[in-house]
Amino acid sequence: MSDDLTLTSVTKTFGSFTAVDDLDLTVPQGSFFALLGPSGCGKTTTLRMVAGLEEPSAGTITLGERDITRLKPYRRPVNTVFQSYALFPHLTIEQNVAFGLHRQGRKKVDAEVARMLELVELGGMGGRRPAQLSGGQQQRVALARALINEPDVLLLDEPLGALDLKLRRQMQIELKRIQVEVGLTFVHVTHDQEEAMTMADTVAVMNQGRIEQMGAPEDLYEAPATTFVANFLGQSNLVPGKVVRGDAEVLELDVEGTRLTADVARARVRDGAVWVGVRPEKVYLSHAGEEAGDDDNRLHDGIVSDVSFVGVSTQYLVRMPWGQELTVFEQNTGSRDRFRPDDKVDLHWRADHTFLLDASQDATAGVDRVGE
Amino acid sequence: MSAATQLPPAPVAAAPAADVGEGAGRRGWTGYLLLLPGALWLTLFFIVPTVSLVSTSLYDPSGSLATGYSMTGHWQNYTQAISDYSPQILRSFVYALIATVACVLLGFPLAYAIAFKAGRWKNLMLVAVVAPFFTSFLVRTLAWQYILGDNEALVSLLRKVHVLGADGYLLDTPFAVVTGLTYNFLPFMVLPLYASLEKLDPRLLEAGADLYASPVAVFRRVTLPLAMPGLVAGTLLTFIPASGDFINSELLGNPRTRMVGNEIQDLFAAGDYPTASSLSITLMAAIVVLVLLYVRRAGTEELL
Amino acid sequence: MTGRAGRWVGEHVVLVLGLLVLLYMCIPVFVVILMSFNDPASRNSYTFDGFTWNNWRNVCEPYQLCSSLALSLRVGFLATAVATLLGTLMSFAMARHRFRGRASANLLIFLPMATPEIVLGSSLLALFVGNGAAGVLGFWTIFIAHVLFCLSFVVVTVKARLAGLDPRLEQAAMDLYANEWQTFWRITFPLVFPGILAAALLSFSLSFDDFIITNLNAGQEVTFPMFVWGAAQRGIPPQINVVGTVMFVVALAIVASGQLGSRRRAVRT
Repeated sequence: MSDDLTLTSVTKTFGSFTAVDDLDLTVPQGSFFALLGPSGCGKTTTLRMVAGLEEPSAGTITLGERDITRLKPYRRPVNTVFQSYALFPHLTIEQNVAFGLHRQGRKKVDAEVARMLELVELGGMGGRRPAQLSGGQQQRVALARALINEPDVLLLDEPLGALDLKLRRQMQIELKRIQVEVGLTFVHVTHDQEEAMTMADTVAVMNQGRIEQMGAPEDLYEAPATTFVANFLGQSNLVPGKVVRGDAEVLELDVEGTRLTADVARARVRDGAVWVGVRPEKVYLSHAGEEAGDDDNRLHDGIVSDVSFVGVSTQYLVRMPWGQELTVFEQNTGSRDRFRPDDKVDLHWRADHTFLLDASQDATAGVDRVGE
Repeated sequence: MSAATQLPPAPVAAAPAADVGEGAGRRGWTGYLLLLPGALWLTLFFIVPTVSLVSTSLYDPSGSLATGYSMTGHWQNYTQAISDYSPQILRSFVYALIATVACVLLGFPLAYAIAFKAGRWKNLMLVAVVAPFFTSFLVRTLAWQYILGDNEALVSLLRKVHVLGADGYLLDTPFAVVTGLTYNFLPFMVLPLYASLEKLDPRLLEAGADLYASPVAVFRRVTLPLAMPGLVAGTLLTFIPASGDFINSELLGNPRTRMVGNEIQDLFAAGDYPTASSLSITLMAAIVVLVLLYVRRAGTEELL
Repeated sequence: MTGRAGRWVGEHVVLVLGLLVLLYMCIPVFVVILMSFNDPASRNSYTFDGFTWNNWRNVCEPYQLCSSLALSLRVGFLATAVATLLGTLMSFAMARHRFRGRASANLLIFLPMATPEIVLGSSLLALFVGNGAAGVLGFWTIFIAHVLFCLSFVVVTVKARLAGLDPRLEQAAMDLYANEWQTFWRITFPLVFPGILAAALLSFSLSFDDFIITNLNAGQEVTFPMFVWGAAQRGIPPQINVVGTVMFVVALAIVASGQLGSRRRAVRT
């Protein structure tokens, strides 16, 4: 398709600080694209450059064939749903929603405005002022105000950030429904990994002004490319290891004297020192020395140091002989043994769930997201 | 969101501004163009006059408006003005100080009541603070002549309860002058104080009380420091105009309550421009020194 | 138990004190209203001697009262218009633009507010007549002086309103196809307008009320405060209280309608 949004070598600096660093990005037309990253990673700056509210220091932004890099915001077919909605407080809901159409010289817009308000389930609220609406309603007005212009690209800047958890989940589903219904390109900026994975076809994880990895949510989750993605998107156990032998499909690893295997398909590095990674929910526990399937990777002689029951699962911390603590999530299916602190256990997981990352990366990048 | 701890420190600090992108401000000539007319006015009619006031204050006093003055750098105008009028200068500052303290004592409870206790009457009370502004300053001061008058209710009452002697009076006393000053500049104290207090989250006061502070301690350690900007603004807006005022002294006082403003006014009226100008400059200089001392002290230490 | 009682008293003591102070602030206004109906026994009497409508019927009777009032209104409107315009432009520059000499500009705006009126008035007088040209004093020197002392207050008031304006609103307008001109007139200006109106009201009341500066620079002209001043020396006509009362009621009506308007609009989000 021809109306893809393309960013080529885009850089934005504020003084000595580089907010966006040589970014290349293509958002296919009609897709729901999420830019995910911690605050300060440059995602909002990227969005504002697409909207025209910030001018890139270098690089180009194109929409289909058109170069829009230096176009004024009101000359691009791009609309934004702002973080705090930015509804015009002195105008009614109707006037807010009709604002963009009026500025484009359209006169008779009542029917369209009414239809748009129906779409976001605010029919009959058109005469009110923004201050008279709840947060969730304001959010939908902001959405309607942008959508009614049928932009080529709709930008959403943390649009659900101000809503409480329940309303947020509800709006996530609703936004996704509307996007499918209108078929526009949505670029959604968020720091909430769950939100990004729920809604987007494609997720780009940003860190320090660069894109760490881009792809379908499942691919990012199952085969992270960097330690940052492994930790920022969900959680990961990263154990230092070494590739000792390999062929076209399988690599053989040494982890603290234990032999493990990994698929080449999920290996970012094929020789030398590596981070051996596995997601906590892929791991299960057995009493030390107990038999299990042969194709498993298996780490021996851990000691359970902490058990927390969280309803759907039980989360274990297991201290390994070399001192590292690994995390294990076991589903509470009722069919498996429960362990207590100080139990001696082995850790198992399917070899093809193992991923390998560059050992030179910081194993704690993107960890510790407590503040959310 | 402590994934940001992975970032080097400098970008973390810069990040929020970069993300929101506000306060950037536009560069270029538009700013100067917008500023120009007003700045020109202020320069022509504030800076230039101040310079000519300084030079007038150095003219030879033997001249007159009719014959013209000659610029002789006659700095003795200052020593003359200070030695002749130091009682009035001192009196102006004493009256202004008392009026300012009275404004704080009266204004604080009022501002506090409007900010925290007024509930739905808040706007009405604010209007009541501002409204007297619109009745002419002089007309209101003349009303005080009536209120404090010898044969009126207040004086009769005070005589009856023996606060005043049988022939005691209020009008034409320093008390009347200070009362008028306090009254006239009180709104300038209440409004900035209210603006500061209104921003104060009442939960802070509750948190103070929760942390074992007595009401007095809450006031001293929480309310007062947070109201400081308003208090400083209010005291300046009260003290400065009060020390230059002569209307209250003229209408409510007697010849022995004359303030420096009266003297400057009369010197100008009499055509003695050099002395009047040097007295004006002296007043301004004294105020600048006092204000600087005060702001420095208020900025660094607790006022109590 | 005593603690609770003490707290109850404590809370209400502040309110009662506040109301007493408010009463102190309003008593002279009541006196002005009362005296507007006074029928004074003699020219020099300033006591309430009897009720009459006469002062209201013959406001212009005292010599120069109405001409001075007309002059004050004329100066007030003109000075307010000019000061509001110049001050609003300046506040936009200060709040929205970056330029060299910002600190000096700030100082230039702040200083006139920190200067006693008598000093401001004497400087202007020194400028106007310093070279023996006393003939220029009159309407235009009053006007110049009034714009000067109103200007700083306008800048401060409008700037505060601008600072409270979320820049995202203007960005949102630009995002919704409004160019710079449309964004200003449809978003920025309506949202800043209450601040500009407040500044204009303040300007007018400062101008209408000023005596000290005007008195030094008026030449042969007589403004309303100057008329009152002169009258105070000779014997005060009760009609000045009529003028005071009317001003008070008009201002109250403007403030009240502004309050209602802003509540109806519920501008703040």
